[in-house]
Amino acid sequence: MFWNALTLQLGYNATLVTIGATLLGIAAGVTGTFLYLRKRALVSDAISHATLPGVGIAFMLMVLLGGDGRALSGLLFGAAVSSWIGLLCVSWLTRFTRLSEDAAIGAVLSVFFGFGIVLLTVIQTMGAGRAAGLEGFLLGSTAGMLFNDALVIAGGGALTLLAVLILRRPMTLLAFDPEYAASRGINVGRMDLVIMALALAVTVIGLKVVGLILIVAMLIIPPVTARFWTERTDHMVLISGLCGGLAAWVGAALSAFAPAMPTGPIIVLTSFALFLVSLLLAPNRGIVAVYLRHVRFQRRVHMRQGLLALAQGQPIYEGFTLRLLQRAGLSQADGVATDSGRARAAKALRDEKRWELVRADQAFESAAALYDGLRDIETVLTGDQISEIDQRIGGPQGVAT
Amino acid sequence: MSGEEFVPLSLTPMLIGVLAAVACALPGNFLVLRKQALIGDAISHVVLPGIVVAFLLTGMVAAAPMMLGAAGAALVSVVMIEAIRRLGNIEPGAAMGLTFTTLFATGVLLLEQSDTSTVHLDVEHALYGNLESLIWLDAIGWGSLLDPVALAGLPPELGRVVIALLGVCAFLWLFWRPLVLSTFDESFAQAMGVATNRLGVALVMVAALAAVAAFDAVGSIIVIAMFICPPSAARLMTNRLEHQVAWSVVFAVLSAVLGYVFAGYGPLWLGFGNAVSAAGMIATVSGVILAFTACFAPHRHRSGAPAV
Repeated sequence: MFWNALTLQLGYNATLVTIGATLLGIAAGVTGTFLYLRKRALVSDAISHATLPGVGIAFMLMVLLGGDGRALSGLLFGAAVSSWIGLLCVSWLTRFTRLSEDAAIGAVLSVFFGFGIVLLTVIQTMGAGRAAGLEGFLLGSTAGMLFNDALVIAGGGALTLLAVLILRRPMTLLAFDPEYAASRGINVGRMDLVIMALALAVTVIGLKVVGLILIVAMLIIPPVTARFWTERTDHMVLISGLCGGLAAWVGAALSAFAPAMPTGPIIVLTSFALFLVSLLLAPNRGIVAVYLRHVRFQRRVHMRQGLLALAQGQPIYEGFTLRLLQRAGLSQADGVATDSGRARAAKALRDEKRWELVRADQAFESAAALYDGLRDIETVLTGDQISEIDQRIGGPQGVAT
Repeated sequence: MSGEEFVPLSLTPMLIGVLAAVACALPGNFLVLRKQALIGDAISHVVLPGIVVAFLLTGMVAAAPMMLGAAGAALVSVVMIEAIRRLGNIEPGAAMGLTFTTLFATGVLLLEQSDTSTVHLDVEHALYGNLESLIWLDAIGWGSLLDPVALAGLPPELGRVVIALLGVCAFLWLFWRPLVLSTFDESFAQAMGVATNRLGVALVMVAALAAVAAFDAVGSIIVIAMFICPPSAARLMTNRLEHQVAWSVVFAVLSAVLGYVFAGYGPLWLGFGNAVSAAGMIATVSGVILAFTACFAPHRHRSGAPAV
């Protein structure tokens, strides 16, 4: 059954929703990447909440003009206008008053949302029953999606992707080095607004599918997930789009096949599951990788210190070091070095002496910069250089037993 | 308007609105100064899953377990934000957005999955609150304020908001100096022996307490608006923290009273029949106040910035 939903064989409506949601997810992931790299992820929260008054006003205007009031394109247009005003309010408050950006975001989102709620209650009293669809914008409702609605969503998603494709270079530049971007002739303020406008487009398109409270998640979670897997912006954009699309696809399919599974929350939770997997398992930045690296580092430090202690005939009391040395066959249970242990200890002590000379000698400056107390000297110097140093140290000396 | 009508229908909702607004605005001052304003936003979103889980566990719509559930959810969200921020090395804004949307989605999903159709528990209610319905049916006029029998019939939300407000005041009064120190100069506060991390968590928990108590009565929109708008407006009025706190209380009270009056009577003045959402109107009024201060307040520019 679930497979049928994933492969779009669950009827016309479910197919529409799934395709629309997937396109939306890709567009949101791609756009959100730039928002995240610019460290303004939460601006999307203000954008999405600020859509509500626009939806209300658009509905009222359309009813007053004798229309249906629920035409999706009209409502989305109203949403876009009012969230654009909200966006300008945020940037005006941060630029011209002493308020910080988070306070401006919070003020705009709560006030616009509150005003939107006031308008919704006005609508409820003005035309009973006809406002039924508007609550769907809070949490999204894909149940009654029409072909035209899906077309609007798919077309909007595709246009947003195209815009990102065209503007990706200036946006990347801006994300990493605004000053440099400005010196290359990019208008930073305007480019920032362009990034926000793209986020706004995604938000408005996604209103119908996931609702204004949860669309924020589609802009934030995929980029955060993608950041774990790569250090390159172009890869991050791709991975983020992929994560967003995948989450939306699985979420939409799951909600189509199971009852009482609202699309928006399922998409968000799928997205979060992808994030959790990345947080744990990503190479290099994931928790498991970081933990393993830490353990390996700890071992090297203990091993090194243990060998130096053996070489200088000092007793070792630290339990972990003793266990490490024993397991490697370098010492006996009572902490006395074995033959191979003595050899390794002598080598460690000699390396220490070699490093001492290397760090004192200007000629080895670049090699000395790599000294961290753990690195094997063979990885830094050539054999010839080492034997030159060894000549300065002199012949091997006995190891204290 | 006569006492017979005003006291039972409008006095208690207005009072609850005012108290809730002040309880949120007080800790909001510190949250805004510490650039943690959006913590209030996050808390008010995660209150929903907390309440739903409490309902699923106890199976009843009662105040005590729900407040506990909401407070627990607030704690979970704070811990989760910190954990994601530290473990994943993610910037705080994104960690916050990730956490509260996920928890909110969980709440909505649980609500849809469970059979809550028989009880009064839905997302809209959580967002707007039901300030208008907190009426005092036992009152018959101003005289009821002295009548113990009528006083016993006061809505229980009033008592909870009062307790929350007292708790907030006590916290601020007890920890005023360390709180101020750690807000303006964290390293100096640490050097003076203030446990700044613990104090920060305590502040967030107090904010959560205020949010949960207010949420119960007035919905989450007012909570976010009152955490941020009155303190921000007050910030533009003065350079002294004591004055800022005083201004924020004034603005909070003003928003609550004016918002309630406009919502209840504004449409009547304009010739419409029905009232609009009081919670939404209070948030709107606080926004209008903020807009005024942003345009005209004496200290609206950054210090050192050229006067435009």
